[in-house]
Amino acid sequence: MSKYTMKNVGAQFLDGLFYKNPVLMQLLGTCSTLAVTTSIVNAIGMGLSTTAVLIFSNIFISLLRKFIPKQIRIASYIVIISGFVTAIQLLIKAYLPDIDKSLGLFIPLIVVNCIILARAESFASKNPVLPSAVDGLTMGLGFTFALTVLATVRELIGAGTLFGVQVMPDFYEPAIIFILPSGAFLTLGCLIALMNKVMNAKQERDKKKALEAKRAAKAESAEASEDNEAENTSDIEASAAESAATAVKEEN
Amino acid sequence: MDYVVEILLLMLGAVLVENYIFAKFLGICPFLGVSEKPDTALGMGFAVVFVMTLSSAATWAVYYLILVPFGLEYLETIAFILIIASLVQLIEMFLRKFVPALYGALGIYLPLITTNCAVLGSALLNIQNGYNFIESLAYGFSSAVGFTLAIVIFAGVRVRISFAEPPKSFRGTPIALIAAGLIAMAFSGFSGMSF
Repeated sequence: MSKYTMKNVGAQFLDGLFYKNPVLMQLLGTCSTLAVTTSIVNAIGMGLSTTAVLIFSNIFISLLRKFIPKQIRIASYIVIISGFVTAIQLLIKAYLPDIDKSLGLFIPLIVVNCIILARAESFASKNPVLPSAVDGLTMGLGFTFALTVLATVRELIGAGTLFGVQVMPDFYEPAIIFILPSGAFLTLGCLIALMNKVMNAKQERDKKKALEAKRAAKAESAEASEDNEAENTSDIEASAAESAATAVKEEN
Repeated sequence: MDYVVEILLLMLGAVLVENYIFAKFLGICPFLGVSEKPDTALGMGFAVVFVMTLSSAATWAVYYLILVPFGLEYLETIAFILIIASLVQLIEMFLRKFVPALYGALGIYLPLITTNCAVLGSALLNIQNGYNFIESLAYGFSSAVGFTLAIVIFAGVRVRISFAEPPKSFRGTPIALIAAGLIAMAFSGFSGMSF
């Protein structure tokens, strides 16, 4: 087994927050995402409780991964997850009654949040404890991040407030539609489209960069070789690369 | 007679006003996942109606006959998810053995239902709202009908969207979400009504 280093942790953080963001890229856990993002406080509360459940369930499932029979693994995961959800639910009820009131039904529903089962199945059941714990933390933070962004947009436009404090000028008429359910769908749709745009642009850039590097290498090798024939073939190759590059540009 | 009317109003409210998808945000995962075609959407919808009605009855019975007498109400989440998971498994086995035609139609959707938050949500809401057995059954059934209505309408819309040509970054999920937002706007017209 390869050594687990800080570099892996960094990659996992980037994956959780951006490249494999559970909400924006994988579209997991949309129910709670849409329901609780009417205010930033709710979003952060929901995000952090999900993160806590995710970390603990990942740790335990990873610890037990060699003992759980394959046929009943999903049922076992659900039991483990619902145990932690109940614990978190009772803690929130005891110490943060306001959050409990505003999140209501969606705290017990963390059990069926697909993020948790998806991470259990695709990561924790195959990896050692430490990476699994980090995976829980990073995916949870990615979830919290997406929720907070969504809630910020909706609260700002829909109520003119941030964290419940009014920030928009008095003459601003809040667009209530953003607080209503339909606003949740619209905002999430636009947010995912924005994320797609950024990712597409990055992909194109990477492609172009790879192509340029290839061409530079080719040109170098052509210069180095004194053989005429070799130069000819590399010329042809270079022109082929060039036409590919223009094709990419046209696609844009 | 009054009681019957009350139940009917409860059901109508659950289908339209408190629609699981467009007002309560329960069951969004299958709503987005299984709504590419109206046929599959309808299949999923029927499977949910089937499971949700039965699970409403089963969870109500377990809560009031087992958990309350022993003072174990705080275990409701664990108990309910286990009941739903085993119920789904039972239904699957039963259908495969005795009603193969129905199993052929619903079979592939059944395992997905275990993690459908609408089913657990309705079980928890039955308890939270203090419904009796009949009301729970009616509420579970009609919320599932509301879910089916929503997912079938949405599947129809998605078929139309597939012919359209939105900007590149809106293709796929984003445009589907925006369409869902527009349908939700239509459904929010019901929210003024109270039964």
